[in-house]
Amino acid sequence: MNERRDQEITALIKRAYDPIMVEPLPARLMLRPVSWLPYARAAATFAIGIALGLAAYPLLFRVAPNAATAGAAGFPMRAARAHAVYVTEVRHPVEVDASQQEHLVAWLSKRLGTSLRVPILAEEGYSLLGGRLLPGPDGAVAQFMYQDSSGARLTLYVSHRANVESPTAFRFAQEGKVSVFYWIDRDFGYALSGDVDRPALARVANVVYRQLEP
Amino acid sequence: MTVDHDQVVAYIPNLRRYARALVNDAEAADDLVQDTLERAVRKFALWRPGNLRAWLFSIMHNVFVNQLKSRKIRFDEELDENLPAYIPSVTNDDVADLQRAIMQLSPGQREVVLLIALEDLTYNDVAKMLGIPVGTVMSRLSRGRERLRELLDGEPSRSPLKVVR
Repeated sequence: MNERRDQEITALIKRAYDPIMVEPLPARLMLRPVSWLPYARAAATFAIGIALGLAAYPLLFRVAPNAATAGAAGFPMRAARAHAVYVTEVRHPVEVDASQQEHLVAWLSKRLGTSLRVPILAEEGYSLLGGRLLPGPDGAVAQFMYQDSSGARLTLYVSHRANVESPTAFRFAQEGKVSVFYWIDRDFGYALSGDVDRPALARVANVVYRQLEP
Repeated sequence: MTVDHDQVVAYIPNLRRYARALVNDAEAADDLVQDTLERAVRKFALWRPGNLRAWLFSIMHNVFVNQLKSRKIRFDEELDENLPAYIPSVTNDDVADLQRAIMQLSPGQREVVLLIALEDLTYNDVAKMLGIPVGTVMSRLSRGRERLRELLDGEPSRSPLKVVR
């Protein structure tokens, strides 16, 4: 009884404060830490990157555009964060639900400037809940959410012109409890995120990869 | 060894979310984040590759404790008698009630309850971050949660209105 109420309160706390995760960062938080760096050149580059980033995209996970690891580290992290923020949503996990799949795909395709395909993961036990449009450093990003019969959710994060290095290799990242498999296929970045163990996620990621192969 | 900026920047949203819940004032929360980042940058020679998030949160904990000390607030006492009348920063009633209740936990309880709720950490992680034994984490969590239930569900055992001294 109390435990259940505790869980509800915990969920309420998350819902109340999660929106802060996607607020644009105030400039003072972006610039100040950098200005104390002993490496002035790096600092300047970074600050300029941030300034441009702030001007162009009022987004949270802005990373220095010319840092060697920026895209590689940022992409799975953004995917994991987007997963963590939306997967706990009870009432609004997606913007457009799977009952309007055609509209969903058409809409997200238009916003990403490409024709998207949505993998079917029924054999893996996941059905499509729907999707939403998210901001990314290179423009719009699509997030598709899947759910299995136990309510466990996976998200597929699709970014056009993903700024990720080492193309086509399957890579794994972990962000808190969220595991992410991500890969690049031509000019698309894909990241599959879930609070499931690595082998299970890898299996689904392989299925997604195969289905998206032209 | 230097901390990778991108990695630190990537955790700023987590730090802000936690700070906002902890001090419940957007400006004060960002001050806390900023002080934490400043200290992190000063100390990053001490950082060893490992869990950067845990390291940043433990720094935030120290900054927070120092802030409380400078205001002479005892860390482990329940604060409902010491707090000024608290004005929630949102208009949504449920969230306002929640914020009010969270602010009535002792800072020690608040930290544990919020870290576990917001960051999905284990008791061990929280113990390491806050530099306290796991048993203390568990007792603060259970007392904090009990208090939240009382405050939110209006159990009559303690009055949530005991604000003025």
